Amino acid sequence: MLARRIIPCLDVRDGKVVKGVRFKDHEIVGDIVELARLYAEQGADELVFYDISASPEGREVEPLWVGRVAQVIDIPFCVAGGIRSVAAARARLHAGADKISINTPALENPNLINALAEEFGSQCVVVGMDSRKIGGIYRLHQYTGDPDRTLTSERDTLSWIKEVIERGAGEIVLNCMDQDGVRQGYDIEQLIAAREVCSVPLIASGGAGAMDHFEAVFKKANVDGALAASVFHRSVISIPDLKIYLAQSGIEVRP
Amino acid sequence: MTLALIDTSTANIASVRYALNRLGVEPVLAATPGEAASATKLILPGVGAAGPAMRALERSGWADALRSDTRPLLGVCLGMQLLFGESDEDSGAGVPVSLLGLIPGRVERLAPSDAGPWPHMGWNTLSFQPGSDPLLTGIEEGAHVYFVHGFYVPEGASTLATTTYGTRISAMVRHGHIAGCQFHPERSGAVGARILSNFIKG
Repeated sequence: MLARRIIPCLDVRDGKVVKGVRFKDHEIVGDIVELARLYAEQGADELVFYDISASPEGREVEPLWVGRVAQVIDIPFCVAGGIRSVAAARARLHAGADKISINTPALENPNLINALAEEFGSQCVVVGMDSRKIGGIYRLHQYTGDPDRTLTSERDTLSWIKEVIERGAGEIVLNCMDQDGVRQGYDIEQLIAAREVCSVPLIASGGAGAMDHFEAVFKKANVDGALAASVFHRSVISIPDLKIYLAQSGIEVRP
Repeated sequence: MTLALIDTSTANIASVRYALNRLGVEPVLAATPGEAASATKLILPGVGAAGPAMRALERSGWADALRSDTRPLLGVCLGMQLLFGESDEDSGAGVPVSLLGLIPGRVERLAPSDAGPWPHMGWNTLSFQPGSDPLLTGIEEGAHVYFVHGFYVPEGASTLATTTYGTRISAMVRHGHIAGCQFHPERSGAVGARILSNFIKG
């Protein structure tokens, strides 16, 4: 039986792992390679690295650290941040990343999704979305790495999910912004709405604060994976304990 | 033992190479058959689509070379699928893709229906007959390994191990000196490392 995935997310800024609250006020939590190794050893099912400063500053992820991560860990990992071309994606995949994730560049140039899927296959094309409810409608945000440049997109989240899947996206990471970094639980309502229109794997992001939040998001929103950052970085939850808890709750996990 | 990693431009060369490095092996990267002349074993990695991967193997001479090669060969993910006869993955052309034809069988599109989303992505369990193949030495029934694929080889004569996602999928295959893993051993933690180690030592 396919296991639900637990995915620590490492926000990377200037080569260090950082953590902010509601996308602001970042502080350094550690070295990329050391944290990657630690989480892999603890039983993380996958890792996501977001270079959160990439889109705002027009930079692209440094393939150098992608290669350093690929050398030490034996679980899959995804790299995100300012990937705007097939060539930039290729550099990261050939450095050893298993998937690439695009967010703002997909909104700016939706054809990039098609180009990446045709070149590398849908299985390694992830589309990340930052979304919150405004006036009763879930809407997307862009450039969320920089509070001074964050924009609300015209696009609504649910129709964007459908469009990116048609264009070839193989996985969706939905970051629910109102919940991000505040550890009050995942945005179950939004994730249920997303699940209804999402025929590819769906990863919940934003809001994990306790082990029962993971149980709730798997049972109520039927997501394929749950992503979290601060609860793991600050050792609020240990991954081995979480896996035991979820297994006892009747959720299929990899021991 | 010298191991060659068949280098097609579409493949996940780096992660397989690093996994071998972690086992103390430095493979030869072989873009052409000539570059693998000294190797005693071959690994065919692969991610992406069947059509471009086959074109790359044909251009480099690897397709013909593999059809007459007798060295132990391990195909990984798409590299496993390429060992079979034909794939329904049409890359938009509407016709099946001809594969290497080293193992009888065909690659079909996965239709998980109620099992979950397409593609099949994540950690799933292995079912097999213990002791049925040296590649499985030290692996426990029910062990989790990491899958990422939208096409699959149905269970058949060459199937060594299966996983279930809507239907039974060939997770590992064996046909004489040729073997394959549908999952990614290079990304399957200690279980995957053991399978690669079994291939190296076997």
